[in-house]
Amino acid sequence: MKPAPFVHHSPHTLDEAVETLREVGHDGKVLAGGQSLIPVLNMRLAQPAHLVDINRVAGLDTITVTDHFVRVGATVRHAALQRHDDAYAVLPVLRQALNNVAHPAIRNRGTTVGSIAHADAAGEMPSIAVLTNAVMEVIGPKGRREVAAGDFFEGPLQTVLEADELLEAVRFARFGPSTRTAFLESARRHGDYALAGVGVAVDVEGEGSDAVVRGARAAYVSVTDIPVVIDLTEVVAGQRISSSWDGVDELVQAGIAPEADIHASSDYRRVLAAELTRRALTGAVS
Amino acid sequence: MTTETSNTTVEVTLNVNGVAHTREVEPRRLLSDFLRHDLRLTGTHVGCEHGVCGTCTVLVDGDPMRSCLMFAVSAQDARITTVEGLGTQDDMGPVQQAFVECHGLQCGFCTPGFVTTITAFIEENPDPTSEEAREAISGNLCRCTGYQNICKAVLRAAEIKREGANGGDGA
Repeated sequence: MKPAPFVHHSPHTLDEAVETLREVGHDGKVLAGGQSLIPVLNMRLAQPAHLVDINRVAGLDTITVTDHFVRVGATVRHAALQRHDDAYAVLPVLRQALNNVAHPAIRNRGTTVGSIAHADAAGEMPSIAVLTNAVMEVIGPKGRREVAAGDFFEGPLQTVLEADELLEAVRFARFGPSTRTAFLESARRHGDYALAGVGVAVDVEGEGSDAVVRGARAAYVSVTDIPVVIDLTEVVAGQRISSSWDGVDELVQAGIAPEADIHASSDYRRVLAAELTRRALTGAVS
Repeated sequence: MTTETSNTTVEVTLNVNGVAHTREVEPRRLLSDFLRHDLRLTGTHVGCEHGVCGTCTVLVDGDPMRSCLMFAVSAQDARITTVEGLGTQDDMGPVQQAFVECHGLQCGFCTPGFVTTITAFIEENPDPTSEEAREAISGNLCRCTGYQNICKAVLRAAEIKREGANGGDGA
């Protein structure tokens, strides 16, 4: 339960970090918060020869709110983004989801961008990345490139990031003013890996009890290999916000193929995800 | 210990409970092991070593973090508080006092992680509801108590801290 030996690199600038990754990235890993990586190292499921610790790289720990997006740098801790009132005001789904990311002690160290780069199917923030049509800012020896969240995830723990590239920041796109959001998940203990989870974004027209749904999208946790968005618009468009969401169950259940494990069967997870979706829709609009 | 990398040590200076300690360690030295093996501060316990059990929780610049999921080298220059820094047998902190009063422990293995976690929690939330108290300790496992008395101890600790603050004793 101790990591294998590695060389620790602690660059202080982004240029140094990129240069170090160019040299050792093929046999190394980026260390940000480490809340997923260090367990893997402790259990020796991975034995990288080099760790490029980006915690001291200047300028990566910033949250920027603009008219169009919330930009989160690579070393911003989950807890910092969760507490950020300006980010919450313009994109509440960030805090709604972060409330469910592990436990406070993990959120104090773990980074939002790191959890996206890690691409665990049970991670909340990869799903929020696809739900918000986030843009990934990638930097490497060949320079910068941007990748849409929908093109970023390739499989469980697999992304389009090359070994010598760093996910410098993620820009979560803001929704329009008529969009409301909610995030719900079911776990055996608050903060544990979810059996299933869902984030929804619902576009609503009108105010009060006369309001009508124009469209809705949902992104899932723990029930798909990679974060996917299911567009619910065809079954929810035109429904009142007091709706019982007819047709949502069928659409969600057809759109996911959960794995089974000792905690829940695939069928249970499928039904759970559908029920959570209905509750999240109600939660978002009420 | 044959590879080139395993012999490479780095000098690490950590401020633990107000005292600066410098040691030569391998970069792979976990903060939990640095505290226990290098500084002989064995109040911090090690359970699962993958972030689940919470017993190794220490305060890093006041925030609870898993010391088994940090390298000592990453904590360079940080202000670390372990359970040893939160009171002594003769002069217990509010959380320790509450655990005694509420019988919040049995074997005691998990207790250091609870004490550090709850210390930070009542700092942020001085008057929690019992629901908030439960959520605050959801990241710490206890296999003896059944948690009921630990939940009581969270509320009692907050009470003791408020009384202390009102009485002007800023400990």
